[in-house]
Amino acid sequence: MKTSNDCTNQNFLNYVKSISPKTKQRRSLIRAFWVGGVICMIGQTFRYLLEFGLGLSGDELSSYVSMIMIFLGALLTGLGVYDRIGKYAGGGSIVPITGFANSVVSPAMEFKTEGYIYGTAAKMFIVAGPIIVFGIASSVLVGILYFIGLRIF
Amino acid sequence: MRRTICFNNKPVIIGASSIAGPKESEGSIGKFIETTLNDDMYGEDTFEKAESKMLFTAIKKAVDNAHKKEDEIDAIIAGDLLNQIIASTFAARNFPSAYLGIYNACATFAESLTIGAMLIDGKYMNNVVCSASSHFSSAERQYRYPLELGCTRPPQAQWTVTGAGSTVIGAKGSGPKITSATIGKVVDYGVVDANNMGAAMAPAAADTLITHFRESNCAPCDYDLIVTGDLGTLGSRILKDLSWEKGYDIEKQHVDCGELIYNLCESEYQGGSGAGCSAVVFNSYLMERLRENKLKKIAFMATGALLSSVSSQQGDSIPGIAHLVVVES
Repeated sequence: MKTSNDCTNQNFLNYVKSISPKTKQRRSLIRAFWVGGVICMIGQTFRYLLEFGLGLSGDELSSYVSMIMIFLGALLTGLGVYDRIGKYAGGGSIVPITGFANSVVSPAMEFKTEGYIYGTAAKMFIVAGPIIVFGIASSVLVGILYFIGLRIF
Repeated sequence: MRRTICFNNKPVIIGASSIAGPKESEGSIGKFIETTLNDDMYGEDTFEKAESKMLFTAIKKAVDNAHKKEDEIDAIIAGDLLNQIIASTFAARNFPSAYLGIYNACATFAESLTIGAMLIDGKYMNNVVCSASSHFSSAERQYRYPLELGCTRPPQAQWTVTGAGSTVIGAKGSGPKITSATIGKVVDYGVVDANNMGAAMAPAAADTLITHFRESNCAPCDYDLIVTGDLGTLGSRILKDLSWEKGYDIEKQHVDCGELIYNLCESEYQGGSGAGCSAVVFNSYLMERLRENKLKKIAFMATGALLSSVSSQQGDSIPGIAHLVVVES
């Protein structure tokens, strides 16, 4: 039986590659830079407000700022605005923590029709799941390396 | 081996109806679409139910347009893109007719026309309905990402059409006639990019088209139009190149439903796709032109990319298929 590899017609694939439209890299980079920058500026504004207004500092301060940004990301997703920002900005709105909020809230909304347990709750991490898995795995790895490093030096 | 069938009894298209969502209705063929929706939920609470209701409406109106009663329809042949073709089956449970559920991805509509014409030509049945549907939001959920996820689409991506089309074929009556059909075979050139379905389907389209020309001894100039389903801008160019390579120049006659359906702008990139794409265009614009006798003979070839979300995640390539139906006014 033929497998997908047997079907590969390299001449055809090269030809397709040669005529396929390319992503406009410069435009994508500029858009991602300015939108991502604005999101970070908003975060920094909240940071200053909490630091100088409420007198928070250290871990407490950064947790509050993250919480506000996650809330805003989730809210804008629910209002149907964030996907439009994402379509325009690409990586600029995916990389900040608001993008993470978007990647959790959007499947939660999408799969609501399949019920709260098997839909919303089960499929909530369908996009963000890998980020969490590899995030935790890599933090454990770094922690072990750090621990060993401290013992040696 | 022969894949082209000539219908000697010439099954007649006695009724047609199309329905489409807001985005399609604003497009270049919007004014030909019979039922246009302002709301892509169509008053239902899920997109799947909305798709099924669209298909139901398309079938019902097509039967009405053919001046037939529901119990005069012997069979309904329908398909869509959802898992286990639920949009079609759930629509078909509203009708007393026999039901054949079919799937050939976006080539479903041409497949249903072919089977329908065979049933009529073989005198097994008198009236059959051939339908297909797709819905942008239900297809996105199944094949891609949640709707609200903020991500960009690559430039070779297409936009699934929200719409459905139905055609009633009868043994007697007046209207355009289906004179022959060429059944496609599965062709795979090893394209793995699920965002580039035009490139995956174009070799199958070229294969079916060239087989049709050879087996029925005709040339591209015998047709007023050679209509492909949803190759998109890129896929259309590949089809033209591939058939030119084999000595058939279809530049003048070729038009693609995917390119036709939207006012092509940035966000749809390559144009429309989905089983509904060719079904809507055939049952609106093309039908109108055939009835007016402005088009005398067309080759309607819907193309399908036979992938599933599982096969593409497992790294398999995308097999394509194309079925061709010849319609004469």
